[in-house]
Amino acid sequence: MPDWLLAPTLLWMGVFFFAPLFLMLIISFASRGTYGGIEWTLSFANYRALADTLYLQIYFRSLVFATITTALCLLLGFPLAYHIARAPARWQGVWLILVMIPFWTNFLVRTYAWIFILRTEGLLNTVVMGLGLRQDPIEILYTDAAVLIGLVYGYLPFMVLPLYAAIERLDVSVVEAAWDLYASGWSVFWRVVLPLVKPGVIAGCLLVFIPSLGAFITPDLLGGARSMMVGNLIQHEYLVIRDWPFGSAVAFVLMGMVMLGVVGYLKLSGRKM
Amino acid sequence: MVKFFSMLLLCSVLYLAGCQPDADDAAQKTTQTSRTLYYFTWSDYVGPGLLADFEREAGVKVVVDTFSSNEELLGKLQSGATGYDVAVPSDYMVSIMAQQGLLAELDLAKIPNVDLLEEQLQRLPFDPDYRHSIPYLWGTVGIGYDSDVVQTPPDSWSVLWDPQYKGKISMLNDQREVFAVALRSMGKSLNSRDPATIESAKAKLLSQKPLVRLYTSELYDQLLVSGEVVLAHGWGGPVARAMAERPSIKYVVPKEGGTIWADCLVVLKSSRNKDLAMQFVNYLLDREVAARTTERLLFASSNREARALVPAHVLENPAIYPPDSVIDRMEWITDVGEAIKLYDRAWTELKLG
Repeated sequence: MPDWLLAPTLLWMGVFFFAPLFLMLIISFASRGTYGGIEWTLSFANYRALADTLYLQIYFRSLVFATITTALCLLLGFPLAYHIARAPARWQGVWLILVMIPFWTNFLVRTYAWIFILRTEGLLNTVVMGLGLRQDPIEILYTDAAVLIGLVYGYLPFMVLPLYAAIERLDVSVVEAAWDLYASGWSVFWRVVLPLVKPGVIAGCLLVFIPSLGAFITPDLLGGARSMMVGNLIQHEYLVIRDWPFGSAVAFVLMGMVMLGVVGYLKLSGRKM
Repeated sequence: MVKFFSMLLLCSVLYLAGCQPDADDAAQKTTQTSRTLYYFTWSDYVGPGLLADFEREAGVKVVVDTFSSNEELLGKLQSGATGYDVAVPSDYMVSIMAQQGLLAELDLAKIPNVDLLEEQLQRLPFDPDYRHSIPYLWGTVGIGYDSDVVQTPPDSWSVLWDPQYKGKISMLNDQREVFAVALRSMGKSLNSRDPATIESAKAKLLSQKPLVRLYTSELYDQLLVSGEVVLAHGWGGPVARAMAERPSIKYVVPKEGGTIWADCLVVLKSSRNKDLAMQFVNYLLDREVAARTTERLLFASSNREARALVPAHVLENPAIYPPDSVIDRMEWITDVGEAIKLYDRAWTELKLG
């Protein structure tokens, strides 16, 4: 294959991705001018400021949220993907469309819809109280639980699709062989199915973990902006404080964490990049 | 493996498709002709039919693009967006934009309506000679409350610290406005630059946080109407809209005072139609146009003669036209220079606490 086929993409990525990214890296060493401009006195000051426990706590919080989101997506997504992949071919298409339908609507609109479901006089409470399951409404909107619900909802398809792709390729005869050899249900899953679909699990987890680490709309709308994740901090630094240098530093540390995390994860799960 | 990667690609594409914030970014700015006016304003900030009238009157086309915060406005202009003619920054942002050299000098001979400004809006400290800006719509920040639930009418910010209303309080999601509440209730200026004062304001706000249902600058009018919150820290206009839907909602500016604000009309230095832009500024400040704007948006107009034309229920609504006694205790937000870092840090700590 001739190498020049790469040229258009390389040019595109170079101009529109790597160049801005490099610029951001340089900006992250600059400092904020009094009126929000950039002053080109380069130093590590922004990165030193980030070593503060205040900001470390925000990173930690985001990691915890992203980890829980990924775990919940895997827990919900695996049975679903398994069911779709094992359904008759014509049903598979239907199920997959259903998984993807939410993408036809803007993410912001879908997040607003959750407000209508979760609020005090919303759908959830109407149903729960209508059935007499509870006397007082469940106050769930504007809590961390609401943020998690929103994140899991938003990123579940990213878990389901790669899992489906992996499970669909799974050779049934291997699983049947395991049953024939008197493996227990648990060990069929753990020692036969899981190793075979591992690429799908890895891809799904990465696709959920990375964006939920940087989420900012969901904590604002469903969490009532009562707490910050890294995404909110970056948005705040860029748009409210107009401290682009510090915002860039926050973003680069996040990127570094994600890269280290991904490399470490792939190493641990024994996969070559 | 191919399937795995194509799936990965598919997901990435879907992901991108799912989260594009604002696609229409006034993309056609370069195709500007001399007879098109580009107006950059807040969302839902134009009275009905007004632009069509101006288009007819001046024989031009008006294109509207919107922003949702002063910082977004500044950010877009700083990052090189040109082609806009008229914009509507708030008071403190006027001085920042002027210092950044983004604003054109106004020719007041072309804007005779400047003579009709309300008294309290004349010669404001951030631009006393109207070199760059003229106040357009203005108002106060106070408390919107549901008088069916909050039965003793509150007169102090301290009601937002009353444990009785735990989980029924919303605050603006705006660091300067939220700190203004704490600072004024401590008897300090809301533009304080003293680290110790800002620190104790933060402590005060942290003690309030368990009572606060959410911080929002957009939803509080709906939340008041639905009863989700019964006390909302917010701008008068949205509270006035909530009143129209739920008559038990009232508005009060606490006795400790708070923020007064004015959104101002400016002509941008990069405008290629400065004469037309100033004609448009003058048009928006016209008494009849201003009155129609106020009636629809429920924000007070800066034209004092418009008062005679707006309906009585608008004029007498303290959420729209604050009484004079209230105006005396209000304070403008001004740029605090390097002290913004202190607010920034305190705000981040508040959100973590």
